[in-house]
Formats: sequence, C-alpha cells, structure tokens
Amino acid sequence: MNLAITLATTRRILAQLRHDHRTVALLIVVPSLLMILLRYVFQRQEAFDRLGPMLLGLFPFVVMFVVTSVATLRERTGGTLERLMSMPLGKLDLLVGYALAFGLAALVQVGVVLVISLTWLGLDLTGSLASLVLVAVLDALLGMALGLFASAFARTEFQAVQFMPALVLPQTLLCGLIIPRDQMAGWLEALSRVLPLTYAVQGMQEISTRPRFTGTLATDVAVIAAFTVAALLLGAATLRRRTV
Amino acid sequence: MMSSSPAVRVRDLRVVRGGREVLHGLSFDVPRGRVVGLLGPSGCGKTTVMRALVGVQIVRSGQVTVLGEEAGSPGLRDRVGYATQAPAVYGDLTVAENLRYFASVLRAPRGDVDRVIEEVGLTGNRDQPVGTLSGGQHSRANLAVALLGSPELLVLDEPTVGLDPVLRRELWTLFRELAGRGVTLVVSSHVMDEAGRTDRLLLMREGRILADGAPAELRERTGAADLEEAFLRLIDETAGSPA
Repeated sequence: MNLAITLATTRRILAQLRHDHRTVALLIVVPSLLMILLRYVFQRQEAFDRLGPMLLGLFPFVVMFVVTSVATLRERTGGTLERLMSMPLGKLDLLVGYALAFGLAALVQVGVVLVISLTWLGLDLTGSLASLVLVAVLDALLGMALGLFASAFARTEFQAVQFMPALVLPQTLLCGLIIPRDQMAGWLEALSRVLPLTYAVQGMQEISTRPRFTGTLATDVAVIAAFTVAALLLGAATLRRRTV
Repeated sequence: MMSSSPAVRVRDLRVVRGGREVLHGLSFDVPRGRVVGLLGPSGCGKTTVMRALVGVQIVRSGQVTVLGEEAGSPGLRDRVGYATQAPAVYGDLTVAENLRYFASVLRAPRGDVDRVIEEVGLTGNRDQPVGTLSGGQHSRANLAVALLGSPELLVLDEPTVGLDPVLRRELWTLFRELAGRGVTLVVSSHVMDEAGRTDRLLLMREGRILADGAPAELRERTGAADLEEAFLRLIDETAGSPA
C-alpha cells in the first residue's frame, strides 16, 4: 500500500462526486427526508425516539451499498480498473481510497440527518452522540464494502442495482427492526445472528436506550468492523490484474 | 548486452478466450527504439497480443518477456504505457483531473500533465469533462495517460482511429520523436496507409503472424505496389502452400 496513491484515489473519487451534483443532493437529502417522514408518520415522539436511531444506522448502509456497487462496476466495465491494475497501484490503495472517500461522504450525510433529527424533529437520544456517529459511519463503510464485493458478481448496472433488494431487504426483515429478534422462529433468529445488519441495528438500539457505552455495543461495533474488513478483503480478491 | 536485447520477446504465445484458441503459438521480437505496427483485420487477435504484452491477459502457454522481465511483473508497471482502444478514462472528470490522478498513481512529475496535454493537442480542452469531448478527443485523452511518466515501451491499440489526417500526421510525428529518444512503440491499426510509417510490420490474420518485416521489404518480397496488395498476396501465399 502507498499512502500518496491511496489519497490521490480518494481525491479522484471526491472530484467525481463533486461533478455529479444530483448524486450529492440525493445522498444528502434522501435520508433526511425519510427521517422527517418517519417523524410525522409516527405522530408519537417515543416511537420516533425508538426507531429513529435504528434507521440512522440503516440509511447510510443502503445508500453506500448502491453507490459503491455501481461506482466500482463502472470502473470494471469502463476499462479504468484494468488500466489501474497495469499501473503501480495496489489493490488496497484502491479499496482504502474508496473507503476514505465514501466514509467522508457518509460523515456528511449522517451529520445532516443528525442535525435535523436532533433539532427540528426533537429526537431524544439516551446514549452519546459520538457513539451514534461512530456506528452510523461504520454502517456506511459496511455498506460500501459489501457493495464493492457484490459488484464483482454483476455484469451490468441493472444487475448491480438488483443486488440491493437481494442482499439488503432480507437483512432488513431479520435485523430486529420490524419484529424483535427474540420473537422470531428459532431458525430465523439463528440466521439473523450471522447477518451484519443485525449488529448495526442492535448497536443503534443500545445507543437509543442506554446512556453508557455498553458491552453489547462494543461487541456490535467489533462485529460490524470485522464484517467490513472481511468484505473489503473479499472485494480485493475479486480485483484481478489478469483477466481472460 | 542489455541494450541490444529486444524490448519485447514473445515465444510460442497461446491464448484461449471463451473456449477457443485465439492466438496459435505466436513468436516475434520487437527491437528497442523502433515503431512496430501490428496490422490485421478486426478480430485477428491484435488486442489480445497487446494485452499479453502489458500483462493483463491470462495466457495459456508461451513466454512474453518485456524489457527483460516477465510481462506484467510489478517492476514493469511504470515502465510500460498502455492505451486501450476503448478509452479507459473517467468520463465525469476533466482532462486535467484525469491526468493528474493517473500521474499520481505513476508517481510522474507534476509538469507531465501539461506536457502530455500539449503532445496530444488537447490544450484547449484541458478543463472540459472527458465525457463531453468528441470521439477523437476522447481517444487522445486516453492516449495522453499512456504518455505520462517516462515509459520505455508504449503499447497503443488503434490510437489514431477516427482522427482527421492532420492530427494523425501529428501523432505519427510524435511517435517518431519518442522512438528517437529510445522509446519502443507497438502500435496497432487496421488502416494500411499507416503501415508505411512504421519501422517494422507484423501482419496478423486469424491469430497467426502472416509476415514480419520492414514495410519496403514486404512490398518487395511480394512484388506488390502497396501494402494492401502485399497483404492480400501473403494471404494467398499461405493459403496456397499448406506446408
């Protein structure tokens, strides 16, 4: 890995984002809009206080999954990946470059949603703001890493976008957001235990109900980070210097 | 002696794509500091040969040695410049932004960006997003990336396609200049009139090398007036002698 090349890659991806005003607007406006909708759909503040943080963990995950899978698929099909692979660029330079750029984008995204939620929408947070930002950004990085990995299995942008419902929606159903996990059938609960989004939502639940940084939260953070690293390494394995 | 060893040495190169052998045991050398043309109809395997030289092609068997190292070795990654036929640049970035990024990856000096923009004649389009360029400008932006740094071998896949004759002449002048500085160039084309500008020609057809020699030599050998005719005669020759 080479720091200068990694940072140049981050700069390049941010420059691409800067040129694409519509994507930037969607990245920032959509999660905020959904939070506003959620607040007024519920009418009751305590329901919003319970669900709001969980969705704060979900939005960056979903958005980053889609953005990254399409962005890396473009690198693959547009020939720029092959060109980079013929240059002195390490696979990790590219992956970490993406992680830094999209991590930064996620930070802005989460920041805007948080400001709106905590002021206008009156979200009452029991836990600390710092741990909420930490978990939300980790969720975004997890979405990014999985999107990167998934893009290796897509031939077209159509397919890449379809991976979102295929990989994300089942996790949304099982992560405890809709029905608490202890009320699920045994095999479903077991399944939910090996899915990363479960820990993302559980972490947010901890933050919304407990004032301290609990042991459960620490485990959640560690599991999300481990999933992210594993997905990045699997993603690195799908970047090939030589192809047919 | 190092300097007298060829820039490229290919021995019995076989490549299989989609279950079909597309290169059937190619062997050739490219001497240093020369402009070598890779000519042949579309689909004859030119691009596959070039991908093998750069080391991005999975090969079935054979040896490809580039600048004394195995093609694709890490040590070659900033010594070989490669421009694919379909432009591999970021359409949403400007010409300068693209070049700045690739220059950082190659650790090329900063001034290189301006140098290559001028060399490919894109000074007026420097800050224009690549996606809004015309086809010819787009392919020149692609070529500019390959010129960054100081590559000792340039592998250029149809770099002059779609360009007007004036620009084409300018690019060939640039190629000659580079060769004069000791750079080796492998340039593919399917336009026969460009073949005359090379030092050496590799004529390809259906995954085989039909002929390998200087343009004048090939004309002489076949007794043809131009290279197009020479190419046809060579095809007849190989078809006529099943040895």
